[in-house]
Amino acid sequence: MDKTIRFKLNGKEVRVESPPERMLLWVLRTDLGHTGTKCGCGEGFCGACTVLVDGKPTFSCQFPLAKAEGRSVLTIEGLARGGRLHPLQQAFIDHGALQCGYCTPGMILQAYGLFLRKPNPTEAEIADALEGNLCRCGSYNRIIAAVQTAAKAMKGAIHEAR
Amino acid sequence: MKPVKSRDDEYTMFGPDGPGTGSALERRQFLKLAGGGLIVFFAVGDGLALQEGARGGGYPDDPNAYLKVGPDGRVTCFTGKIEMGQGIITSLAMMLAEELDVPLEAVDMVMGDTALCPYDAGTFGSRSTKYFGPPMRQAAAEARGVLVRLAAARLGAAEEELATKDGTVYIAKRPSKKVTYAELVGGKKIEVRLEKKPPIKPYSKHAVSGKPTLRTDARAKVTGEAKFSGDIRLPGLLYASILRPPAHGAKLKSADTAAAEKIPGARVVRDGDLVAVLHERPDVAAEALTLIEAEFEPSASKLDNTTIFAHLRNAAPRAEVVVEAGNLDEGAKLAVKTVERSYFAHYVAHAPSEPHTAVVQIEGDRATVWASTQSPFRAQGEIAQTLGIPAANVRVITPFVGCGFGGKNQGGQIVEAARLAKLAGKPVQVAWTRREEFFNDTFRPAAVYNIRSGLDAENRIVFWEYKNYHAGSRSSQPVYDIPHKRVLSFGGGFGGGGAGAVPAHPFGTGAWRGPGSNTNIFATESHIDIMAETAGLSPLEFRLKNLADARMKKVVGAAADKFGRTFAKAPTGRGYGIAITDYLGTYVATMAEVEVDKEKGAVRVVRVVCAQDTGEVINPEGARMQIEGCITMGLGYCLTEEIRFKDGRVLDENFDTYEIPRFSWLPKIEVVLVDNPDMAPQGCGEPAVTVMGAVIANAIYDAIGVRMDTLPMTPARIKSERKTD
Repeated sequence: MDKTIRFKLNGKEVRVESPPERMLLWVLRTDLGHTGTKCGCGEGFCGACTVLVDGKPTFSCQFPLAKAEGRSVLTIEGLARGGRLHPLQQAFIDHGALQCGYCTPGMILQAYGLFLRKPNPTEAEIADALEGNLCRCGSYNRIIAAVQTAAKAMKGAIHEAR
Repeated sequence: MKPVKSRDDEYTMFGPDGPGTGSALERRQFLKLAGGGLIVFFAVGDGLALQEGARGGGYPDDPNAYLKVGPDGRVTCFTGKIEMGQGIITSLAMMLAEELDVPLEAVDMVMGDTALCPYDAGTFGSRSTKYFGPPMRQAAAEARGVLVRLAAARLGAAEEELATKDGTVYIAKRPSKKVTYAELVGGKKIEVRLEKKPPIKPYSKHAVSGKPTLRTDARAKVTGEAKFSGDIRLPGLLYASILRPPAHGAKLKSADTAAAEKIPGARVVRDGDLVAVLHERPDVAAEALTLIEAEFEPSASKLDNTTIFAHLRNAAPRAEVVVEAGNLDEGAKLAVKTVERSYFAHYVAHAPSEPHTAVVQIEGDRATVWASTQSPFRAQGEIAQTLGIPAANVRVITPFVGCGFGGKNQGGQIVEAARLAKLAGKPVQVAWTRREEFFNDTFRPAAVYNIRSGLDAENRIVFWEYKNYHAGSRSSQPVYDIPHKRVLSFGGGFGGGGAGAVPAHPFGTGAWRGPGSNTNIFATESHIDIMAETAGLSPLEFRLKNLADARMKKVVGAAADKFGRTFAKAPTGRGYGIAITDYLGTYVATMAEVEVDKEKGAVRVVRVVCAQDTGEVINPEGARMQIEGCITMGLGYCLTEEIRFKDGRVLDENFDTYEIPRFSWLPKIEVVLVDNPDMAPQGCGEPAVTVMGAVIANAIYDAIGVRMDTLPMTPARIKSERKTD
């Protein structure tokens, strides 16, 4: 049965008419046309679908739409501001921290969520925070370097998730 | 036994109908699609012709690669190759920019579009730079020659007086007298075919190629703008969820679809065994599929992981002689010590980040396809056959592909989407779930290896008898200087040679990054280590002693310098390993350090050093990324990756039980690119992955004195071997 669900997506109010038990991933990708969030495994084992919900990294393939009601969702499309890349995005480019790019949106948002909790993470803390995000191309070493660079560039001044 | 030529580059898993033949590009159609500008045609070299010839396709004689200098001075490269992470979107553009003297930023890549790009057999085998690169370079040199000719007329100067830089032709002695490529092309449609090929730039003049360069597709990928096949949205698009059997070989008996059809908006379509739910929301289609009550015949397969190796030996087809030299009996007479051992490798999944996906739109007798594929032209042929329309009416567009590793040479999802689109009368997307991916994948074949070899009193390898069953022949030849040797491959194709009287494998098998090689090297280089110990020498000293190839010795030396540790006769308790290979002309020497928890059998790879000679390196940064990726990915097939199965069922269905490398596994990785610009560029996407099994096995032996003969080297196997050794 359809229900009206309202939430903030990348800073803008959105309204979805949908069965509320559907997973947020599919609503984002299909109903809202935000295809930057990827489906890697569909069962919460790979992290490709990571988005932020009220600043918390969340596997959107396991997050029912109903729970998004009234909350704030950030996807990869909402990270750059006015065409200016977020320091994390720039660092991923500068370190070559991606190959096929399929896991990249989830990686970046997981790292963003880490910054909100801990603006200056150690290498071990970065690896630990990203442990649930898989990269089959094997860019892990460069991703860690990119996250470290981004942390330095921001000097702890992470802006709040929208 | 009569030696036959090893068909090293053959892919056997092309399905019953063989490779797609593709369609010759009609020049008129191309010009229409590509728009105005300078177009130069060129022909490919022998390398690609060889590749294509090996696959038995009927390939067009037309010039099959193109580039375009547009009216705005931008250069478009058309290549049938695709981008799946390996980075040729950047390195091919660099080669083009270098040769044409335009900034890298002025190059646009059109990849894997069958309507625009020249025929290509597929993107695999680390062959793009090696085989597509040279003819493209030549074409760029020709385009530059044409522009210089046009400029000579415009500037009133002789061609010899002119030079090119940054998309401009100028008089070398009076640089202010110049004309841009854009002005020369001027929006006109100029089609030029040069009769004489101008020389390409020498390496010493390179300003773009050879310099570390960041990926040109990175910005699109960090912003979410990069489109993959599943991101294509069309009016009326329906998403399919397909009914799958519980086991391979299980035939559908009946399907009650009544409950699924009651879901609002759901359509159930059926074509023989293909039963699918279509819906405008993919998750709703998937939900409806669970309501279908289906019955299947049981699978006839009675194999599982414990019985597979005996079966593979029994199911072996006739052997292919990969190499035969000297006389094994003579060699055995020279030997004072003989070593014989068997090795085993289990099935491994490609597990690409992006599961197989395709969108098919049919309009009248034409079809447009967006697919995650390594072989768009093959897909074109398959779709044409499926829909009963000419191949020229099928356009396959390849968006970004999220990993391939050989698994996307096969594309069952494309044909499924075409069949469903035809049934539905609407565009259809098929995106395999991760479970479907683990079921429909063409796994790296499980295989068995037997090696018997001997040492003389001087600790030289005097004979080498190698047999593999279903591994494939690539890299099955030893790189060492051995007078008496014979290498036999029973089931030489990468699909594991399932063509014998008994089906070899319970499911599809195929090429997996460094096909054949990664398990052949595991067996070979493990065995070399055993021989080193038998000789009483360090694994490094023993290798150098038995190598004759100076280029290989240099690469081994480069790795050893970087590794900075002294090897000694194993086991030393320190956990150092080494493995080397010649992968289709790319030389690799890798050294690793591991820690092993003896009680738990758990291996922690601490450090990996890889030295690689790839010939001329186009993009050192891209090469490093590929090598690092090979090392990281390779840890999976070393330590955990194994498809478990029983009676046709695949028991590993997602990343909870099929463990691939993650952040916590990450060793320190150090890459040495061995300088060799005088050699033409070799392949880079696969070589470094192929030594990983052996280097880790050898390091484990050095750490705890336990010889692991089976991939993957799981904690359970290490504990078990420890008891028996």
